[in-house]
Amino acid sequence: MPAPLIWKALPRAMPKITFIQPDGSQQAVDSDVGITLMEAAKIHDVPGIDAECGGACACATCHVYVDEPWQDKTGTPNPMEEDMLDFAFDVRDSSRLSCQIKLTPELDGLVVHVPAKQF
Amino acid sequence: MSSEASPAAAAALIETDAVIIGAGPVGLFAVFELGLVDIKAHIIDILDKPGGQCAELYPEKPIYDIPALPTVTGQELTDRLLEQIKPFGAELHLNERVDALKRLPDGRFSLITDAGTEFITKVVVIAAGGGSFTPKRPPLPGIENFEGHSVFYSVRRIEAMRDKKVLIVGGGDSALDWTLALQPVAKSVTLLHRRDDFRAAPHSVEKMRQLVETGDVRLMIGQVSSIEGEGNQLTAATIKGKDGEERIDVDAMLPFFGLTMKLGPVADWGLHLTENLIPVDTEKFETSEQGIFAVGDINTYPGKLKLILSGFHEVALMAQQAHKYVHPEKKLLFQYTTSSSNLQKKLGVS
Repeated sequence: MPAPLIWKALPRAMPKITFIQPDGSQQAVDSDVGITLMEAAKIHDVPGIDAECGGACACATCHVYVDEPWQDKTGTPNPMEEDMLDFAFDVRDSSRLSCQIKLTPELDGLVVHVPAKQF
Repeated sequence: MSSEASPAAAAALIETDAVIIGAGPVGLFAVFELGLVDIKAHIIDILDKPGGQCAELYPEKPIYDIPALPTVTGQELTDRLLEQIKPFGAELHLNERVDALKRLPDGRFSLITDAGTEFITKVVVIAAGGGSFTPKRPPLPGIENFEGHSVFYSVRRIEAMRDKKVLIVGGGDSALDWTLALQPVAKSVTLLHRRDDFRAAPHSVEKMRQLVETGDVRLMIGQVSSIEGEGNQLTAATIKGKDGEERIDVDAMLPFFGLTMKLGPVADWGLHLTENLIPVDTEKFETSEQGIFAVGDINTYPGKLKLILSGFHEVALMAQQAHKYVHPEKKLLFQYTTSSSNLQKKLGVS
């Protein structure tokens, strides 16, 4: 069996995440598995992710919009996150708090949009 | 804001040894360390409760890195600290923000709060964390022009809303409470929330739904996309909902999106600042002004970690230097609470 094909089909151990800014500029980062999307953004200095509370799901300043094709994989907010989203601005169906998305190999290729403003 | 907050300008004057700005865990523990060296302190906090971020942002969240407490919630930690500092009888001044801080000719400091209270103190301990908690301002272009005139983050007088078309935005207790309180006096009340699900107390939600049923309150599901007005008077808001946009007439808007931390007046006190933090030395945790200390998340120094435990260490060292200013005539003898009957007397355990 041609090994490279199998290897290619496996998800990468370091999921690549693409952050798209409101002005359209993109930043792709290689992230570790097991940390949160917010932490990946902070580690790579992605602008526009404030995360004032440091990941306690207590401030809604790490708000992102998950790109449509990825919404099934990232899932939906739990009730606590849904409550916290009340404190975000311009909330849409694709809205999530990035501190509540844990990165898995399945999220390799994930695309998220950073809102114009965290508030 | 300050003028509204001091209707009678009661001009209370309090003389003390130390004023601690911020009642978070580090500010509270400062009472303890200062108390052990005979320094009497007053604490001022802008919130309506002690605990700072622990109480406001994550009262229910477990904290795992407090020495000897494998797990403790923000609220438990606050409650335990309050118990620990009880023997020192520090007075807590809540719902007050220190607006002005200046040195007096005799070397002491004067602090004035937005409630008009003045403190005269020998030392100041800034334990203000991420700054003052202030209401979140929706990022709507032009909103700042209306603030205080037709956009309000709190209501001081219900009468000011009489016969106005009021738009209340939010889904928590503040939004619901003001919907119920203003409905009888306002010309109309529209409650706007992004979803038909409310975090507020169930009985106020139920009451609101009754008022919606009888047509006394209008409930809209959606978000404000823009506002318009003339000068400082708001006249209309455009609401984006699932089924498109609607423009409604508005005389006053009350957005309730929770609180955020802003450095606030600390920036105006003439202290050296580095990226909104106060640089201190690591021996005394003193700022660029002698007698003004900064401890906890608001300070910075090489190697600084924003941990509660770092703040606890900082206040212990700060108190040693504060003692020199408050009791210059007395020599400070280092003692342990386990063995010193003098300290145990202060703690009320001997």
